[in-house]
Formats: sequence, structure tokens, C-alpha cells
Amino acid sequence: MSVRHHLLAAISLAIVATTPVSAQTLRYANQGELKSLDPYTLKETTTIAHHGHVYEGLVARDKELKIVPALAESWETLSPTKWRFHLRKGVKFHNGDPFTADDVLFSAERVRAKGSNFLSNVPADAKFSKVDDYTVDVTLDSPNPILTSQWDGWYIMDKKWCEENNSIAPTPAAATTPSFASLHENGTGPFMIESHQPGVKTVFKANPNWWRKPEHNLKEIIFTPIGSDATRVAALLSGEVDVIEPVPIQDIQRVNSSGNASVMTGPEIRTIFLGMDMARDELLYSNIKGKNPFKDIRVREAFYKTIDVELIKNRVMRGLSTPSALMIAPQLYPLFKDFRRPKLDPDGAKKLLADAGYPDGFELTMDCPNDRYVNDAAICQAVVGMLARIGVKVNLLAQPKAQYFAKVLKPGGYQTSFFLLGWTPASSDSHNVLHDILGCRDDPKDSTRGEASLGGYCNKEVDALTDKVLVETDTAKRDQLIKQAYEIVIKDYGYIPLHQQGLAWGVSKKVKLTQRADNQVLLYWATKQED
Amino acid sequence: MLAFTLRRALQAIGVMIAVGIISFSMFRFAGDPVNQIVSIDTSAAERASIRQSLGLDDPVLVQFGRYLVNAAQFKFGVSYQFRQPVSTLLMERMPATLELAICATVLAMVFGILMGVYSALRRDTLLAKLFQAVSLIGISLPTFLIGILLIYLFAVTLGWLPSFGRGEVVRLGWWTTGLLTVSGLKALIMPSITLGLFQMTLIMRLVRAEMLEVLRTDYIRFARARGLTTRAIHFGHALKNTLVPVITVAGLQFGSVIAFAIITETVFQWPGMGLMFVQAVQNVDIPIMAAYLLMVSLIFVTINLVVDILYTIVDPRLRATISRPA
Amino acid sequence: MSDAVVPDRTDSNAPSVRPDGGWFRRAFESDLFYSFRRSRLTMLAAAVTVLFFLLAIFASVLAVQNPFDPAQLQLMNSRISPLWTADGQSPFLLGTDEQGRDVFSAILYGLRISLTVGVLGVVLAGVLGITLGLIAGYVGGAVDSVIMRIADVQLTFPAILIALLVNGVAKSILGNRLDAMSTLVVLVIAIGLSFWVQYARTVRGSVMVEKNKDYVAAAQLIGLPAQKIMLRHVLPNTMGPILVIATINLALAIITEATLSFLGSGMPDTMPSLGTLIRIGNNYLFAGEWWIVAFPGLALAGLILSINLLGDWLRDALNPKLR
Repeated sequence: MSVRHHLLAAISLAIVATTPVSAQTLRYANQGELKSLDPYTLKETTTIAHHGHVYEGLVARDKELKIVPALAESWETLSPTKWRFHLRKGVKFHNGDPFTADDVLFSAERVRAKGSNFLSNVPADAKFSKVDDYTVDVTLDSPNPILTSQWDGWYIMDKKWCEENNSIAPTPAAATTPSFASLHENGTGPFMIESHQPGVKTVFKANPNWWRKPEHNLKEIIFTPIGSDATRVAALLSGEVDVIEPVPIQDIQRVNSSGNASVMTGPEIRTIFLGMDMARDELLYSNIKGKNPFKDIRVREAFYKTIDVELIKNRVMRGLSTPSALMIAPQLYPLFKDFRRPKLDPDGAKKLLADAGYPDGFELTMDCPNDRYVNDAAICQAVVGMLARIGVKVNLLAQPKAQYFAKVLKPGGYQTSFFLLGWTPASSDSHNVLHDILGCRDDPKDSTRGEASLGGYCNKEVDALTDKVLVETDTAKRDQLIKQAYEIVIKDYGYIPLHQQGLAWGVSKKVKLTQRADNQVLLYWATKQED
Repeated sequence: MLAFTLRRALQAIGVMIAVGIISFSMFRFAGDPVNQIVSIDTSAAERASIRQSLGLDDPVLVQFGRYLVNAAQFKFGVSYQFRQPVSTLLMERMPATLELAICATVLAMVFGILMGVYSALRRDTLLAKLFQAVSLIGISLPTFLIGILLIYLFAVTLGWLPSFGRGEVVRLGWWTTGLLTVSGLKALIMPSITLGLFQMTLIMRLVRAEMLEVLRTDYIRFARARGLTTRAIHFGHALKNTLVPVITVAGLQFGSVIAFAIITETVFQWPGMGLMFVQAVQNVDIPIMAAYLLMVSLIFVTINLVVDILYTIVDPRLRATISRPA
Repeated sequence: MSDAVVPDRTDSNAPSVRPDGGWFRRAFESDLFYSFRRSRLTMLAAAVTVLFFLLAIFASVLAVQNPFDPAQLQLMNSRISPLWTADGQSPFLLGTDEQGRDVFSAILYGLRISLTVGVLGVVLAGVLGITLGLIAGYVGGAVDSVIMRIADVQLTFPAILIALLVNGVAKSILGNRLDAMSTLVVLVIAIGLSFWVQYARTVRGSVMVEKNKDYVAAAQLIGLPAQKIMLRHVLPNTMGPILVIATINLALAIITEATLSFLGSGMPDTMPSLGTLIRIGNNYLFAGEWWIVAFPGLALAGLILSINLLGDWLRDALNPKLR
């Protein structure tokens, strides 16, 4: 056993040593910054992707977003509520510590401890037990078919290293003193962080002892955040950086015609949608007093049928969006083809408004972020223009995301009448959408249900179906239950889905890499030609 | 003399305390820092506990007292965004800003003086008029427009200069410098011009005016009568007399150059304090914003103080008259 | 007049005026030939300035659409290039932007906002500065000290920083209620608070000189109240320098507004000023849609340049020493 183990290690080392003939330096710029290095501090796409270069989870997602083994070599379900995971042997953390079951148990505790931002990644009812050094059992209170899907993004940390460096507790987002783990890393992943200047520069060095044969040919990655769109594009075009994310869509053509870089595009799994406050008895920001127009389904239908998503796609998004009938991306739900958006009908909409008692329309304020989604403020302006044609006068309040989220989210008291929001289900599954966005906010048994339902849409039938979806293990049946729920939401005109926005990565001609639909830029799949 | 210095120093401290009150009270109420820290699906209870752990629930006066005591020891707390001490972050960013500000000032002085002298001595030439025109454009074009123009021209169209950042930097102790590498020097050119253009305009106008004034004075006439060469008169006497006010103004302007770097650093993504400040404003990162304001004021107040004191040493006549800052 | 001895400590945002006898008075030494050339330039500048004001005033008559009314914007008409280019379309003389907003109309309405904010901001700064300057100079003593100390603190920050602060604070206080119109008011206040110090110092300086003169003493003797003396006699004597400051500050106020809007703290996209138009347009510069940024940029530069030229001329003309 141990001999074979060493042999394997030696072989894999030999492979590692021979492949990268000429190791390259890749320069990468993103609009967002890398802040804390503690993998449990901030659940945000770009940060998770950065951490994914140095840390690994038990499972990972492959290039097609399918869950594949990572630090867990394989797993089986002993019963619907009991899972067994076989851990990979011979894996070492960057400091040389071996990876064992103790690290998994420790990480399962740490990720669910106070201060972690990844609480929902590992269910609270999951009990971890060590069978031997390389086998872990997980016991649940109720069946959970999406357990491993939820685990993506939960990275395994070194127990010994955390204990030695006083980092047993996760670094909370609000930590007043930086913990060791927020400034240093010790993962098992393909890269190690050589230096980290938050907001300025982070240097990743290839891990020569990685357990897997690298697909990349890089010796280091130099990451710089560049907030300004124009500057980021200019840096790519002048060859100062090799990869940028995102490319503003108006610059895609220019980058493509530049000759030294091109744009990788594809649909992102984030869904952009409009929501209406239908919870309050009177809208917070409207000239209609004493009643809430959105409580009338005809008004919601009128809004829905006025918004021309194709025009937004062609003009605002320059073709780089996929109009959507659902609140989830097609990649994440196989039955998406069964759904169609109701037909665009501004004249009918005007009539609906008149029937509802608003022949001359009404006034209201729309909340919109202006630095969060692709062309978010421009989409909102287009929506305002479209609604103006049916007599609805919309005052647009487009703000930076900090102020926007402070106002419209739960802690701000859902202070909005009409808004634009984007959502990527963290588990890549419909349950998250049905539970967080389409669920009722006032469920006494489940306080997190409908937490992100800024419009307060509520239909108990949907909630009942959602609960069935969670425990249903038969995929086909489950998809049918989801379909029923979505059909109800659409019939209610509960939300107005607009589109899935497009991914746009600017990539130098020297670099080849794989684009994943969740917009994680993973450079361990990148190869670069010699400079 | 000692009394004067003491009085000015006390006044400077008073100004700093006032700035402290302003910076604290303003930013204490600007936006909700909690929302920036957490992600979209953090629960309300967790948000409340974060709010408490940041001390945002304490009475304002308590928060201010705590703030002032810490600030005096250069403890500005921890950045909400980066989870690192603000003083560390500022120290990391300061070399970039100072280097940019110094280069811009040097550039402004060298070209400003040359252009000013030339346009004073050769008032009616085409070149002098061109300088006048440039100086007018220098104060009429907003900084951001100049930056955009330069990037479009030299980085995007011609590809000569880098469009962003500092290039390669060399670490010397806690200081990082871009002056020792080719890419670092190249990266400095456009931001320095953008930032320095305004000061250059100012200095050019000042030198021109001072030169003209000095050239009309009696002692220059005497020098001419004594038969000194034009060259000696112009550069030995006239320019020398001009330089004192020029250097003074350049010194006094240094504080605002640093503050104005906010715009330049944003346009060129220069990793200095100004860019960090703008990002902090966008992210409602109170500790950084407050510390930045205090730092800039401190630099400004210190320079003013030093200039005032030096001035009285240079020119004793002022001692009697300066009773309050101009 | 001790103030004049130490060089001026105005920030770089407010450079060009030192009417009570600093180096700026001499900045534009002019012989006859030069001043002749200048006056031709000045006439041009005056004409351009007047033109800009007229364009702003008659914006609603001249524009082909109201760019602030979303119902008038057609997304179908977005990103049309200027009329003389191959893809140009009537009636969009200077092309359209991403939302189908006519660039020419947007410039007219943007000018209106920039000038409104600029003029009102300067007026507010003037009223504030003159009042405080009169009080400080005339009353003197502790009041003077307090006012001038505040001025000192204020001078620690460049105007743009103050404007950013005021704007940020207003945003956090008003928050949800901050629509386009109230943003305009906030900008005026931000600019007013950023630029009052110069007026105050100038007026204070003049008052200190004037109040020791015989006519003031005489007026006091015959029992005229202090306000009357200040407003009727002292203030008119300071009008020249104040006019110069106001003109040059108008240019600075317009730059400040544009910079704020460019940094995203000014006018919203739905009611754009010239700075907002430049910020929006800058995003499309690399895409080859240059007209969205170029024309607002030219308009802004032209406006500021001509106002600055007027200010320079005014300073020289009102300065007897140079005549």
C-alpha cells in the first residue's frame, strides 16, 4: 500500500517535472478586488474563483459545471440520509502537511461557525464522522439530493495550520483585526500565493507538488484589479495584461478586431429580472395613495407585456444576452424549453392598465444598481422608456451597489416599489430560486424563506411544491415539481425575468483557456504561448 | 520667534482637530458599512451582530472619542473592505502617491519656469503666445478629460505608453519605487503630465509675471547701467529673485497636488491613496475615508507651517506683521 | 494688509485671482499690442459665452427631443453616428447615444444644467462669502478669528474634495428621496460651500482697509448704522474684485460639477449634465462611438475656455494698475 503510494507520487512528480517546458507568467485583471484570503469570509463569485486556485473542496465543478471528485476521490449514498466519502490519498497542503479526514471534519465545523459567510453551503443538520483517515461519513436528518452541489465553493483547510496560527474560527466579514488566515493561505490547490497586496496586486506561484497533473503551463499568475472599464480594455489591447474580466460589451468588437486579443463570450447563469412590490398595501414611492397597483394582477401583466426584451438584447446588450422566460438559466434546468415568455403587447398592456383603473397610468420610482450587472443602469433606462409609452412615469434611482443593496435588501426593509436584480443560485439548482426569491417572506417555520424576495411575491402553493422539491430524490419527478412551481409564478406574473446576461472575457491571442458559465475565471485551465 | 512658532503650531493642531471632527462626523453618517461587508444572503441577525462588533451602535460621542484617541497614534482601525489595518494600507499606497505628486511637481516646475522665463523675455514671439495658449487650455480642460485624451492617444492609438498602473516597482525597505525600472518610468509619464499640467500653468504665469516685475525694478536698471551682460541680468538676478515665490507656491501647492491626485489616479488606475479613497467612497469604507482626509490635511497643515516659519526666518520684516495666517 | 505679504494660499482649484495686490495682479502685464490681440480674443470669447447661454436658454426650442423625457427616447434609434457620416440619420445632427438620446439635444439640456449649477453655485458662494467677509472685517476680534479659522480649515481641502464630501453626506441623508432635481440643489450647495472662502477673504481685506478711512469714520460720526455703512459704502468698493472672482469661479464651478458627475457623484444618467454625458460617452470611446463623448467634451472645454478668457480680460480691465 505504502510502496504503491510512494510510487504513484513519484510518477506524478515526474510528470509534473517534465510537462511545463517553458513556464509562463500570466497577467490577469478583474474589475473586482481580492480582499480576504480566508476562504470562508466572502461568498462572491470572483473571490471564490480566486480562492479556487489555492484551495480545493471535496468536490469540484468541471468545465461543464458538473460535480466531479476533487479531494474526495469517490462517494456513495449508504442510505438516503447517509453518505460516505473516500478521500484522496497522498495530497499535501502547501506547507507539507498531509490531507486527512481530520481536516475535513475541522473544515466542516469551521465553515458553519459564527462569522462564516458560507453557512448555507454545508447543511446545519449534516453530521460528519471519521471512519478512518481517508473515509468520512455524513449523516443528515432528511434526504438531500443536492448535498454535493451545495458543497462547491466549500474549501478544505488544514486543521493543524489553522490551530497553530490561531485561525480556528473563520474570519468574519466584520473582523476588526485581520486574522492570519485572511492574510495567508495554506491550501492543496494548483497555485500558492507568493504575495498579496489587497486592492493592488496578488502573485500566485504554481504549486510544484500538486496531486494532479496541471493542465496549465504557468509558473505564476499576477492578478491586478482594474476597476475602470476603459482602462481594463486598454491594458488588454496594449498587451499589459493577458486576461481581463469583464469586457464591456460595447468594446467586444474592438477587442476582436484588434488582432492581439479576442473576447470569449457565452451565456452566464445569472438571471436578470424586474420585481414589483406586491406586499405593501400602499407603494412606498408612487403617486397612487391608499392602494397598491401591483396587487392587481392586470397591472403586473401590463408591465410584463410592455418590456421588450428582444430590443434590450439588440440595443442595450448588443446581442449578448439570452432573453429568459424563467427565473433560472437554461443550463440549470433541463425543462426550460417548455416555457415561453408571454407575447409583447404594449397596446393590450395599455388596455389592461385602463381596466385596472389607471387609464392615464401612474407614477413610481424604480431602484437600480449601476455598477453590479452588465449595463444595469442602461437596461433600467430602457425599461423606463418602455413604460413611459403605456403612461407609467418612472423616476429612476440608479445607485452604486453599496447604496442600492442597503436600501432594497432585507436589512434595509425592502424599501423599493420596483427594482432590477440579478440572481445566480448558489447551488446551481432551482430549489434555491424557489426558496430564496419565489418563497413567501412570512413563513413562521422558515425565516430564511423568501429572504431575497424583494417584491414580496407569495403563493403558498409554490412554497408547498418547494418543500417537496427539496426532499425528492428522483430527478425526473423533481423536475416536474419544479415545473409546476414555475408555472404558478408565471401565471401570477410574480416577477418579470429579462435575460441571462452574457459572459465576456478578454483573452490575449497567446492564451487559451476554458470559460465556465458561472463566470469563475479559473486559470488552472489556461495555457500561454511563449512571450 | 519662538512664540510665533508656538502659536502657529497650536493653530495647526487646532485645525487638525477641526478636520478630525469634520471627517469623523461626516463619514460616520455616510451609508451603512455593514451592508458592504456582508454578502447578499447574510441573515439579519448576523448583520446586527456585525453592526455591534464594529461599534456602530455606541453613542456618537463615544465613537468620536475612540476615533480621536486612536488617530493620534496613527491607528485608524481596520478597513471594512480589506480587513487590514488602514495605516498599513495607507503606508503601502503612500509611496505611489508621493512619487506621482513629486514627479508632477518637478515636471511642473521645470517646464513652468522654462516656459515662464521664455514668455517673459520673448513676449511677442509665436512660441510665447503658444505657451500662453497652452496655459489657458491647462486650466480650462478638466483633469479627467486630459487623462482620457492622453490614454486614447498614447496608449490605445499609438501604443507607446502603458495605460494604467505603476509598471514594475522596486522595493526599498517599506518604500516602493517605480523610478528604477523602465516600465515604472514609462508608467509615470502620462499621470505626471496630467496631474502636473495645472501646476505648470500656474507656475508659468507666476514666473512670467514675477520676471516682468523684477525686470522693471531699479536694481536691474542699475545692473544694466553697470554693463552686466543680459544673460547675467536675466538669470543671475531676475530669475533668482523670482524663484523664492515660485518655490513657496510650489510647496504650498503640494498638498493640493496630492489631493488632486484623486482624479488622476482614478483615470490611470494608479495604485495610490487617491484611488483607494475613491474606492473607499464607493464602498462606504469609513476608516479609509477618514484616515485619508486626516492624512491629506496633516500634510497640508505641516507644509503650511514649515513655509510660514521659513518665511519669517528668510524675511524678518514679516515677524512683526504676521499675526494670523493669510 | 499683512495678508498680501505671504503668497496666496488658495488651492489649485482657485488659482487665478488675487485682486488685493498679490502676484496675480501682475500676471497679465500687457503692452498695447498684446492687449489689442487680447481684446479680439476676448470679443470672440464673449460671443461664444453668450452663444452658450443662448443655447442653454432656448434649449427646448432648438432641441429635436427632450432628452430628459424617457418617453421621447426610442431605443430603436440608439447609437446612430453623426449626420455627415455614412450611417447618419436625420434629425440627429450629432448622432445618438446608447438610449437613443440625441447628442445635440442632450448637449443643449446638459449646458442648461451645467450653467444653472455653475451660476447658482457661484451666487451662493458669493452671498455666503461676502456676508461672512463683511462681518469678519467689520466686526473683527473673536468673530473675525472664528470665521477666518473656519476658512483656514476649509482651505485644507481642495474644492473638489469638499464638493465630494457635501455630496456624499447629502446622499446619505436624503438617500431615497434624492431625485434628479434635488441632486441639482445638492450640487449647487456643494459648490457654494466649496468656493466662499475667496470672496470672504477679499471682502474682509477690503473692509479692513476701508474701515479706517475717513469717510467711514465720518459716516459713523453722523450715526449711520453699521449695516448701512457696510452695504452702501464699503461693499461697492469691493465689487470689482468680486466680479473677477465670480467669473473665474464660474468656470471652476462648471469644472467641479463636471468632475463630480464624471466620478458618478453628480447628475444622474436620466438627467445628464455635460460631465455625466462625458462619463457615459467615455465608455463607448473604444468602441468607435466617439461622438457620444467628443461633442459634450468639446462643448465643456469651449464653455470653460471662453469664460476663463473673459475672466482674464475682466481682471486686467478692472485693474487700474495695468491700464
